[in-house]
Amino acid sequence: MRTTAVIKRIFRQMIRDKRTLGLLFIAPLLILSLMYLIFNGDTVEPKLGVFNADKGLVHQLKESEVNVKTYQSNDKQLIKEDDLDGFLQIKDNDIILTLENSDPSVSKTLEVKVKQAAAAFSQSKLLNKNPSLAQMPKESIQTHYVYGNDKTASFDVLSPVLVGFFVFFFVFLISGIGLLKERTSGTLERLLSTPIRRWEIVAAYLVGFGLFAVIQTIIVVVYSITILDINVVGSVWNVMLINLLLALVALSLGTLLSAFAASEFQMIQFIPIVVVPQVFFSGIFPLEGMANWLQAISKIMPLSYGADALKGIMYKGFGLGDIWKDIMVLAIFAVIFIFLNVIALKKYRKL
Amino acid sequence: MNHPIEIQQISKRFGKKVVLHDINLTIEQGQIYGFIGPSGAGKTTLVKMIVGMDEPDTGTIHVLNKKVPNLDLLQDIGYMAQADALYLELTGEENLKFFASLFKLKKTETKERIAYVADLVGLTNELSKKVSAYSGGMKRRLSLAIALIQNPKILILDEPTVGIDPELRLSIWNELLRLKKEENKTIIVTTHVMDEAERCDIVAMVRDGIILTKGAPAELKARYNASSFDEVFLQAGRGE
Repeated sequence: MRTTAVIKRIFRQMIRDKRTLGLLFIAPLLILSLMYLIFNGDTVEPKLGVFNADKGLVHQLKESEVNVKTYQSNDKQLIKEDDLDGFLQIKDNDIILTLENSDPSVSKTLEVKVKQAAAAFSQSKLLNKNPSLAQMPKESIQTHYVYGNDKTASFDVLSPVLVGFFVFFFVFLISGIGLLKERTSGTLERLLSTPIRRWEIVAAYLVGFGLFAVIQTIIVVVYSITILDINVVGSVWNVMLINLLLALVALSLGTLLSAFAASEFQMIQFIPIVVVPQVFFSGIFPLEGMANWLQAISKIMPLSYGADALKGIMYKGFGLGDIWKDIMVLAIFAVIFIFLNVIALKKYRKL
Repeated sequence: MNHPIEIQQISKRFGKKVVLHDINLTIEQGQIYGFIGPSGAGKTTLVKMIVGMDEPDTGTIHVLNKKVPNLDLLQDIGYMAQADALYLELTGEENLKFFASLFKLKKTETKERIAYVADLVGLTNELSKKVSAYSGGMKRRLSLAIALIQNPKILILDEPTVGIDPELRLSIWNELLRLKKEENKTIIVTTHVMDEAERCDIVAMVRDGIILTKGAPAELKARYNASSFDEVFLQAGRGE
């Protein structure tokens, strides 16, 4: 089989190129670990300066994990001088909160905590004045979670998308540059001066690089689950299946786009155009609020289907029955790209 | 109609630029046929059409009585492009083996052919080295060896001697002459070096997509009353 000969050759070349192998197998693990450490870092208690506040309120604030520091003056400069996240003062029964706001998420958390503490404080004051109210049924909130639990960190939600993305990105890059090297060195032309058929070359590339994509997928998935302790509620096999489909799409898209690149540098230029936008539409950022036409764009991005399916399996525990649509779409993408690859080789030999 | 290569009224343009215009020629079995002309004359396009990698806009090409392009025909054509087109990560032997398997040579045949072509180009002792460690001349020789690996009836070499030292050039030409004499192979060579023309049986002078003149070297010199091929080329160009 001619295809086997090309597969063998690709395998040999890859194994001798240790650095590329390292990029394919080690780099995703490195980045995933970094992301894990960043997203799972302990939350820091916001620092709040307080002036002229009741002791009870201060106590409530401390209860809700705010680092409170009481001041004897009311100078907003203190925020900058003492590196506070906010400053709170009571003026004629009004609570005035000044936020430093260099990180809006810290501001939001602090604001919510202050509001809650103030509410709890005024409620307890009310109880002190009128103890009969204490007989009233105490309001309590019980929180239930549809997916995950109160320990869910952002990384648990993000990780399915990230796993899919890294498989997609690295396979895209390496297969694209692999075929590009063959184009620029003239070996593709020489290959096509032998009786090999165009589809045989495409098939060989799919299988040759596909084998490395399989190994990469297994390494990434196993590492995520065992070392990073990422939750997989659904079946691990389904996770593998989706990642392999993503790898196949990335592989066929990478080799296809290499036809439109004249050099490795031009191949790299496809990353901000083809790969990065897919990340924005893959569910890391919520899509619901986007304009309709933007949401429509996400429909032509393979990664958004892969990410959707992976989130379904890993976080929500979906089975194949729930994600078959994503699987179908990914498969269709792969078939189209593979077909276009066979056509694109006509550039070198019409037959 | 027993000419191994017949070209009839070939024309080709890339956009507005005419690359080849109304080319007609026949090449006999066991000839060394040279296309000589400056770079950009259309030589490479012409030989690529004979291989079947490029298609003419009009006209037909027959190789071994089959209309080009034809996939099976590629089994009988050894093609060596201008670029060396080798896999640098692989050894010389692995490169030869790879192409042998694309031509579906049997195992024993592969072994024999590799030994034969490696000896031919003087690379027998370098076969286990990676191609990335080869010198420019060694790469050229390996490239030639690959073109011969399947023992093709027709050999098409695009600028085989460009950028190599005179000694190697001489040895490649001696090899081509031997392949012609002993194995009766039909060989097409393109070159822009005029003195290589003398070694061909028939020379076609190509410029701006047309064949200025063609014939046996001695005959051409006599026809234009010239002492060198540079002169023949100039005279033929002026006569246009």
